[in-house]
Amino acid sequence: MIHQVETPIVELHDITVSYHKKPVLWDIDLTLPSGSIIGIIGPNGAGKSTLLKAMMGLVELSSGYVRIFDQDLDQVRSRVSYVPQKESVDWDFPASVLDVVLMGRYGKLGLFTRPRKADKEVAMECLRQVDMENYAGRQISQLSGGQQQRVFLARALAQEADLYFMDEPFAGVDAATEKAIINLLKSMSKQGKTVVVVHHDLQSALEYFDWAVLLNLRLIASGPVNQVLTPELLQETYGGKLTLLAAVGDLLTKKEFPSRE
Amino acid sequence: MEAFWIILAGTLVAIPCGLLGCYLILRNMAMVGDAISHAVLPGIVIAFFVSGSREPISMLLGAGVLGLLTTFLIEFFHSKARLQTDAAIGVTFTWLFALGVILISVFAGQVDLDQDCVLYGEIAYVPIDLWITGSGIIMGPRVIYIMGIVFLLVLSFIVIGQKQLFLTTFDPSFAAATGVNVALWHYLLMGAVSFTTVGAFESVGAILVVAFLIVPPATAYLLTEDLNKMMLITTLLGLAISFIGYHLAVWLDGSIAGAMSVVAGVLFGLVFIYKEITSRPALVN
Amino acid sequence: MSMNNILEFLSLTDPNVRYVVIGSILLAASSAIVGTFTLLKKKALVGDAVAHSVLPGVCLAFMLSGVKNPVYLIIGAFITGWISLVLIDTITARSKIKEDTAIGLILSVFFGIGILMVTVIQKSGNAAQSGLDHFLFGQAASLVGNDLVVFSGIALILMAAVWLFFKEFTVIAFDENFARSIGFPVRTLELILTTLTVLAVVTGIQAIGVVLMAAMLITPAAAARFWTDKLKVMIVLAAGLGAFSGLVGAYISYVAPAMPTGPWIVMVVSIIAVLSFFLAPRKGILFRLITQRKFRKQMLEENILKLLYQLGEAQGSYYQPRTIEEIVARRPFQMSRLKKGLRNLNRQGFLKSTEKGWAYTRAGKRKGQRVTKLHRLWELYLTEYLRIAPDHVHEDAETIEHIITPELERRLEEKLRYPKLDPHQSEIPYPKL
Repeated sequence: MIHQVETPIVELHDITVSYHKKPVLWDIDLTLPSGSIIGIIGPNGAGKSTLLKAMMGLVELSSGYVRIFDQDLDQVRSRVSYVPQKESVDWDFPASVLDVVLMGRYGKLGLFTRPRKADKEVAMECLRQVDMENYAGRQISQLSGGQQQRVFLARALAQEADLYFMDEPFAGVDAATEKAIINLLKSMSKQGKTVVVVHHDLQSALEYFDWAVLLNLRLIASGPVNQVLTPELLQETYGGKLTLLAAVGDLLTKKEFPSRE
Repeated sequence: MEAFWIILAGTLVAIPCGLLGCYLILRNMAMVGDAISHAVLPGIVIAFFVSGSREPISMLLGAGVLGLLTTFLIEFFHSKARLQTDAAIGVTFTWLFALGVILISVFAGQVDLDQDCVLYGEIAYVPIDLWITGSGIIMGPRVIYIMGIVFLLVLSFIVIGQKQLFLTTFDPSFAAATGVNVALWHYLLMGAVSFTTVGAFESVGAILVVAFLIVPPATAYLLTEDLNKMMLITTLLGLAISFIGYHLAVWLDGSIAGAMSVVAGVLFGLVFIYKEITSRPALVN
Repeated sequence: MSMNNILEFLSLTDPNVRYVVIGSILLAASSAIVGTFTLLKKKALVGDAVAHSVLPGVCLAFMLSGVKNPVYLIIGAFITGWISLVLIDTITARSKIKEDTAIGLILSVFFGIGILMVTVIQKSGNAAQSGLDHFLFGQAASLVGNDLVVFSGIALILMAAVWLFFKEFTVIAFDENFARSIGFPVRTLELILTTLTVLAVVTGIQAIGVVLMAAMLITPAAAARFWTDKLKVMIVLAAGLGAFSGLVGAYISYVAPAMPTGPWIVMVVSIIAVLSFFLAPRKGILFRLITQRKFRKQMLEENILKLLYQLGEAQGSYYQPRTIEEIVARRPFQMSRLKKGLRNLNRQGFLKSTEKGWAYTRAGKRKGQRVTKLHRLWELYLTEYLRIAPDHVHEDAETIEHIITPELERRLEEKLRYPKLDPHQSEIPYPKL
């Protein structure tokens, strides 16, 4: 059940990614439609975050290529925004909420230029959209998990991109934040923006996403959410059918075998 | 005969350092080992000053205390002041080492230690620094006895604690669940590192201690994953490093400790390149 | 070390003193600034490896040129410092060896090479080699005019580079993947930061020595981190602490030329750092201890008030005096703490001491009632929303009741819809309106 899209916003062609020679993603061929909220769904260790990083060019590809807006990532970077897992940074870093949101402007500013007043106003506006304008001067070390995620979201908004990649934005946030985030994503998609979200909760997936991608080391399904989230496909994603694939991967590491000749 | 004593002293430092080093690098604590080997200096100087001689018992005691203090301070700054680990290590050992060097200058003249010997030791003097008993019998080089005892102690520590050390290194939470006192074995290991460092300090200097603690185990780790094999390879490497290092130093007329670290580095480099070549993708087409 | 001595030193009339003071301050401050970023990138010990690894470069430059020209030495140091970093990266990326092992490995091997070279040079009897061992522990007094020009030039370049790349260094230290995703040349920026680290080490070794140079990168930044949450303030503070230590070290070097300068500078900055770890407001160990004590005192007092409320509930009269025996019979407080708590509550006006024992004031009853209410509300919340068995909730509530703010209290009440009874069927007391 892999729907391919006519004019995709993201196109992955035969992507394989390996860590220390062990493949964590096998031969992914994937196209994603624009203007929708897309969920990447799969169990722990399925390679969801790695897929996102592969799209953003943050991991080395053993094979294949990625096209975004039918172009190379480097040509369209200013139209793409990436929100890492909030655990990936040290929240004790000496910075204020506004400092972090301003980082969203850095891509547009380029090297050496300092943020101007206009950038600060954009950043404040983005903080307003996530209900955090009263926290602008607060140190990031004092934020709760939900607030941290909102700050990251505000930083992404400040990038004023057309395509957003978000790694587990709903992990470790309170119910109110989760609701606020999904409302924001829906209003973004109404404005024609595309949001790709890594997600592990099946319960909410049907409600949150227009399009779902099921992943477990390899691509299992991709298509409109109601056609993809079927018991059979979910069983294939979450069931234990992958022992062979995992075993071969382990073998490649142990024998220090090259994954590509 | 001179060559024999020096190589033997080198080996007697290399083997216990290497065996403990295997555990250190598997626990991701290589830099804690580095920190301890620097930080025992003030302990040695104070023991030197108090006892007025190179009497091994008080030196082992002084440095042992400092070694444990270093471990404790690193833990303390990390857990109580929430300082990141790398900074806790960096601040602690530079501070204590600075204290040691200052003490040497303060006691200069009263203590037969100088700054250079701290760094690269006096392994060349091993054969002439003899142990002479009260009745005037020459028993051979003093360092050989000290390091021999350290060697035996470390060996028995590793043999007796084999199971616990392995468990606490491999899976500390499982070890704790089965009733092994993880903290105790952590401190015992660090204590063993401190003792070895002290014994080695005046003969080979801080640098060679660090080199022996880290380089041979890291080299062995590239070659095997079996802990016992890793220790065996480390031991053999220690022997080779002492032998080749000594001859390199004689040939260049330079520091023996320095030459031994160079040889350790070269052996590591060779193994690293060998592994790189053998794991290169073979051309099938 | 008379007053005159200090004045003469500080007046900088002696050109040699001037060189030493300015040199020490500049290099200590500039390495502290660069060190702030390496610390925040969690790469503090990499600086240690670089510091040790410049030694063979210095020696090589000296062997090839035969003179102790600072420019040659810097070039030499720069090359080997660089190689060491590349090797650490290569070993970590291409084998299973972890970063800290790679650091220790490169550090000891490169330093070994350096020591071997130093000893070979010394035995070769070159007349100019006398200053070479100053690189081990540093001798600020050996700084001369020529060195100073070169070193201050580098220090200024360092500061300018940090100023120029402030935004870029901040974002790669905080969130490297994000920096990459917006198209920043992360590799290049890291190389620039690394280059600055090598430069800082190179300028520092003359006064500090290679062995302790790591301290000048790590310690001022670590100390500064405890006093502020603002990056710019942290950088300025680290530079200031570094400069101050440099000044003190230079002074010691001036009055006691036999003393090694580097260790003294490191000693001063370390003492400042350890004092910061203990005394800094909010982050310091002492502050945390005091906060904990204050919290324990508050818990004790609130528990006493809560207990008096429960006694009043059971006997239907809240304002009746209670003896210490009555209180202890209900809850085994530690006697000395209980008495202290009662005295404190008396002083604060929550209790009054009568001949028959301790009795509530109005304010005391209000407070005791609130704590009781919070305890029971929280128990109910745990059983209703988290489905925890009623006999398991008491312990949790014992802690939580003391930290609930009025805002959370209101939310709790609304969420539970102002319930009447807790899971143990005790009445939840609300203040009468």
